[in-house]
Amino acid sequence: MINRITGAALAILFLFPLLWSGWASVRTDSGFGFENYTRLFTEDGGIGFQQIWNSVVVSALTVAGTLLVSTLGGYAFGRFRFPGRDVLFLLTLAILMVPYATILIALYVLLGWLGLDDSLVGLSLVLIMFQLPFSLFMMRNSFEAIPKELEESALVDGCTTFTALTRILLRVVRPGLVTVSLFAFLVSWNEFFAPLILLNSTDQFTMTLAVVNMRTATHGSIDYAALEAGVVVMAVPCLLLFAFMQRSYVRGFMSGALRG
Amino acid sequence: MARPLVATKPPQDSTVDETVEAPRRRRLGRRRALQGWLYASPTALMVGLFFLVPLVLVGWMSLHRWPLLGEPELNFPDNYAGVADNDLIADAAWFTAKYTVVITVLLFVLAFGLALLVQRRRRGVGFFRTAFILPMAVGFASASLLFLGMLSDEIGPINKFVASLGLIDGYTSWTSGSPNSALGSAILLVLWRFAGFMMLILLTGLQAIPLELYEAARVDGASRWQTFRQVTLPLMRPTIALVLTLMITGSLLAFDQFWILTRGGPDNSTTSLVMVIYREAFVRLDLGSAAGISVLLLLVLVVFNVVQLGVLRRRSR
Repeated sequence: MINRITGAALAILFLFPLLWSGWASVRTDSGFGFENYTRLFTEDGGIGFQQIWNSVVVSALTVAGTLLVSTLGGYAFGRFRFPGRDVLFLLTLAILMVPYATILIALYVLLGWLGLDDSLVGLSLVLIMFQLPFSLFMMRNSFEAIPKELEESALVDGCTTFTALTRILLRVVRPGLVTVSLFAFLVSWNEFFAPLILLNSTDQFTMTLAVVNMRTATHGSIDYAALEAGVVVMAVPCLLLFAFMQRSYVRGFMSGALRG
Repeated sequence: MARPLVATKPPQDSTVDETVEAPRRRRLGRRRALQGWLYASPTALMVGLFFLVPLVLVGWMSLHRWPLLGEPELNFPDNYAGVADNDLIADAAWFTAKYTVVITVLLFVLAFGLALLVQRRRRGVGFFRTAFILPMAVGFASASLLFLGMLSDEIGPINKFVASLGLIDGYTSWTSGSPNSALGSAILLVLWRFAGFMMLILLTGLQAIPLELYEAARVDGASRWQTFRQVTLPLMRPTIALVLTLMITGSLLAFDQFWILTRGGPDNSTTSLVMVIYREAFVRLDLGSAAGISVLLLLVLVVFNVVQLGVLRRRSR
């Protein structure tokens, strides 16, 4: 009983900020309305169609790229033996050991050399790299779990290793693919530090960057209500995805990806 | 495993049926290896170009005077010497260390408490779990903005509530009023945002403990505390180590919460190391100095991780 009461009290405390931001975003001087949202979308330095589009592009590129690289990589690491396999796998996991904040300065210079400075493609490539340790680990485990006979019978039936992958194995590893996409989306949609460093011009800004800019670029008073509207706009897609896919999210942990 | 070893001997010396088998199998193995490499090549390209090259580059940059615009020139060891006599860096390092200790202790206790609370499937537990992990769906930068508004004296409910109790006069700024309240605001934000995430990891560890062990402890007449000390804690060690590593690494790299919530203030009292790196690079336009601090921070983290892994391995044996 005490547990139940403590749990309920804590649950309310945890839900309160979310509910409050929703409430504050529609609260106006005269009552309730969408004026805060109107200000968010129309004011200079607020977010516009361009910033929403940029966020969508970065998320789509990151999810697609992460899926492509980690599926092929997971297939290779899970089902093939080749020289250098273990070294490459350990190097990929080492990305976790060298946190990205410390190499972003170098990535900024490197992307400049590649002509990808201030570019959504460059940002996406960096985000894909950050996602690799988790997603490659996840996909390698998914491919390893497939019974050997399934792939062999496909090869006997005249499939190449590639058609065996696209026609048969992809369907089997779908839960892994869903989890990988979900994580890649949440990270790329919400990431702040990487875009802050890698993007310079406001028409390349992602939504997160643009909304934070409303707070950091002003020296005068901050429009808190419009900020809360921004928080809601940013959070709603994630909360919806989360509601529908909580199971895959939790499975991401349970499947041992994070069991050390 | 012995068979392929025999088969890889030169065919001339082998018996008849092996001369037929061996090259075929070797050809097949070589073809598999080649295909494996092909499938792994995008990974290799990404890791090489966007991880290994920048890793070397950040070291290379730290040896140079590297202005944001203009030609770099060798100036070793100026960037490192500069770190030693820069007061802001020393203050930021001290603050980051202090913050790391405080957050790690508080977050760990809270997350472990939550995990124990929702460990067993009972009525209502599903709802509690969802409530605790829901903040994870909100991006950290968005969460920082959320708390900025919630703790503000303009629209925040906290201020009104505390003022109605007569404790403050209604114009207190939590996020920038005093060093302690600014740090407190950031801690509150991080606890809210990450407790559920850490709880989830601890929960996977808790659920991996076989129920029979608890049964056995109960039969032996162990108290709840004894069971916790002697069954739960020892078996949770790898998970606890993982969670602590995540917390410590995350806190040493703290940026968003201070950049957005407190702006590093008041008077730089909540300026973290990564904020200093950013400032060196994009305010003082000195990429070499930023790279120097990055390299030092990176070394600390790598040493920490290696030690941590070593400890983990020795214990799990």
